[in-house]
Amino acid sequence: MAYRVIHYINQFYAGIGGEEKADVTPEIREGVVGPGTALKGAFGPEVEIVATVVCGDSYFASNMDKASAEIVEMIKPYKPDAFIAGPAFNAGRYGTACGGMCEAISKQLGIPVVSGMYPENPGVELYKKSAYIIETPNSAAGMRKAVPAMAKLLLKLLKGESLGTPAEEGYIERGIRKNKFYDKLAAERCVEMFVAKMKGEPFETEYKMPVFDRVPPQPAVKDMKDAVIALVTSGGICPKGNPDHIEASSASKYGEYDITGVMDLTADTYCTAHGGYDATYADRNADVVLPVDVLRDMEKEGVFKKLHNKFYATVGNGTAVASAKRFGAEIVDKLVADGVTAVILTST
Amino acid sequence: MRLELHRIFVNKLAFGEKTGVKDGVLTIDKKELLDLISEDALLGKKLDVDLAMPGDSIRIVPVKDVIEPRWKIEGSGQVFPGMVSDVETVGEGKTLVLSGAAVVTAGKIVRFQEGIIDMSGPGADYTPYSQTCNVVLLLEPSDPGMDKHDYEAACRMAGLKAAAYLARCCAQANADRVDAFEHPNIREAMTLHPGLPKVGYLYMLQTQGLLHDTYLYGVDVKKILPTVVSPLEVMDGAIVSGNCVSACDKNSSYVHQNNPVIADMLKRHGKDFNFVTCIVTNENVTLADKRRSSSFATKLAAMLGLDGMVITEEGFGNPDADLIMNCWKAERLGIKTALLTDEYAGQDGASQSLADSCVEGDACVTAGNANEVIVLPPMKKVLGFAEEANVIAGGWQGSLVPDGTITVELQAITGSTSELGYTKLGAYTL
Repeated sequence: MAYRVIHYINQFYAGIGGEEKADVTPEIREGVVGPGTALKGAFGPEVEIVATVVCGDSYFASNMDKASAEIVEMIKPYKPDAFIAGPAFNAGRYGTACGGMCEAISKQLGIPVVSGMYPENPGVELYKKSAYIIETPNSAAGMRKAVPAMAKLLLKLLKGESLGTPAEEGYIERGIRKNKFYDKLAAERCVEMFVAKMKGEPFETEYKMPVFDRVPPQPAVKDMKDAVIALVTSGGICPKGNPDHIEASSASKYGEYDITGVMDLTADTYCTAHGGYDATYADRNADVVLPVDVLRDMEKEGVFKKLHNKFYATVGNGTAVASAKRFGAEIVDKLVADGVTAVILTST
Repeated sequence: MRLELHRIFVNKLAFGEKTGVKDGVLTIDKKELLDLISEDALLGKKLDVDLAMPGDSIRIVPVKDVIEPRWKIEGSGQVFPGMVSDVETVGEGKTLVLSGAAVVTAGKIVRFQEGIIDMSGPGADYTPYSQTCNVVLLLEPSDPGMDKHDYEAACRMAGLKAAAYLARCCAQANADRVDAFEHPNIREAMTLHPGLPKVGYLYMLQTQGLLHDTYLYGVDVKKILPTVVSPLEVMDGAIVSGNCVSACDKNSSYVHQNNPVIADMLKRHGKDFNFVTCIVTNENVTLADKRRSSSFATKLAAMLGLDGMVITEEGFGNPDADLIMNCWKAERLGIKTALLTDEYAGQDGASQSLADSCVEGDACVTAGNANEVIVLPPMKKVLGFAEEANVIAGGWQGSLVPDGTITVELQAITGSTSELGYTKLGAYTL
């Protein structure tokens, strides 16, 4: 039996109209529409395009959550095995809709998804981690090139075949690192690359150095007398026994702990969950990582107004930047809501 | 300098009356070995020795270090100088190697940063120590409340003592193969191989301190300024591990002894380049130390007139900053670099892999993403304590389920993402 695939296109490719019709609401039609014919040809007998979803680009852009929820519901009765969107070439809103739908379908239905876009389409940056996006030329003139590559990649995914590199398969690099066993030891690969570099021969690095999101430090606090100060740490300090089971490395969570009335962190009450440093001293006296004792003294002396009654802690050791970003954003929202005016971040 | 490694190939282990090797079988007098390691008052009464062979349904956890049994049969000094031997210079003469055998220190955990070795199943593919015949020392402290630093030292010394002892007992046996290495002094090195670039190996060692230490001739490397070492000294155990960082990318003493970067550079010496020397440097925690050591190490390289360096890191996160400083400082002195590291890209592989970066780092090889998750099916026998999987770096509460299956990041597997490049693992971008 052929694989059942749903195709997504916009109002233009469905022949409804251009910009003036971009606000049409989503609909689903049986079988192929527009570029679906070329896709059908590329798939051959192994795949049946059971239905085509059509949605106006403006409608999708203005109602992303609603539109994608509606479309997921429309699709479900067809029990699809995979989803294919576009190609959108360099059409920004169409690309964003294709990417958004791929992400929603992949997350909610767990089936393979493929789209096709020009690398500068904003949909690429937004959704390349959620979907395989075949690199296409920048206009519909590239349809003949885009369609076979999209079909081929989706078929591979449907059959569970292993994929080659982005260059081999023609999709845009997703930025996801995947392990594999090479033929040679890493040491041999490194010395080989070194020799190529010394000789001025071409070589391909195994890891392109990332460009960092640099955050400038905040200016100094001017009015210390009225400051409400909170403590936040990546040093893993938590109540003894680590009640939230924060991981020793690669943390998936952070803890929020009340220190109302706590004047000092002692060996009986606090410890560290961190697995990346020698915890002997932090377990004995957690103030060395989270200086509650000193801050209580300063609070008493009136150096600042108040030490916030909650602290936040996670483990920085081997923790993914994406997780750390999320923890940071959530913690900041809570601190701001609680009227905190300054934060001391301690690491290890 | 000339060093011969007299290799005796070991493919089987057995307990017996007298420690020695014959026909590939390393026989171990268990009592004598236990008596030797029990001399240390810091170790407890219930020490044990067990054996684990490639293919066995055995899981060793938690593992601290792996050491290859070696013993010098000719030449100055003795293996593991400054640790279990005198401090005399090593790297010359003849050293007996029990190839295929290893001492594994395991048992009561020092702290979170210990690892897992599976001798068979999917986990075995990721650790090089599933391929060695392992003499496993199951250790415990004499006092459960013992200071961790004292206990770490006791475990470290027990492993080194055992490795030296096993090879010493085989000193009379004939080698199956002799590998000879020669390395010229700097004056000769400067005139040899005209036309080939002069290159070095910048050997970064984990020295963040507080259970994150490495020793050179018995000296704590965080206390040194970068220095010059012959690649042959390393083969005699001049560098040993004393650290408890994540199991995947701590360089075990075994991989120092068998450093594959040195092996490959010696192989290419005189053909692709002129391998002048190793420079050993540290990875200390303060910014001043990082700046000082990276400037000093690259200055040494410049003084030696090196055209290029291979740089290997140990550990991740904080040491990434040292790696990057070494890289751009060398490049800006006109010394080309290739880097060997590993990655922490998150379990989904979607995060950035390193904690620091520079544009000069354009030739980078990685030993894989340590955050990738693996399921280790149960083994028939566990040497050590399986429940430690729930707390070691790379594990989480619930990593171990009642049937013995362990789900962990590769981080928890000993040597899986070796930054000396001792495995074939790597990563690519989807």
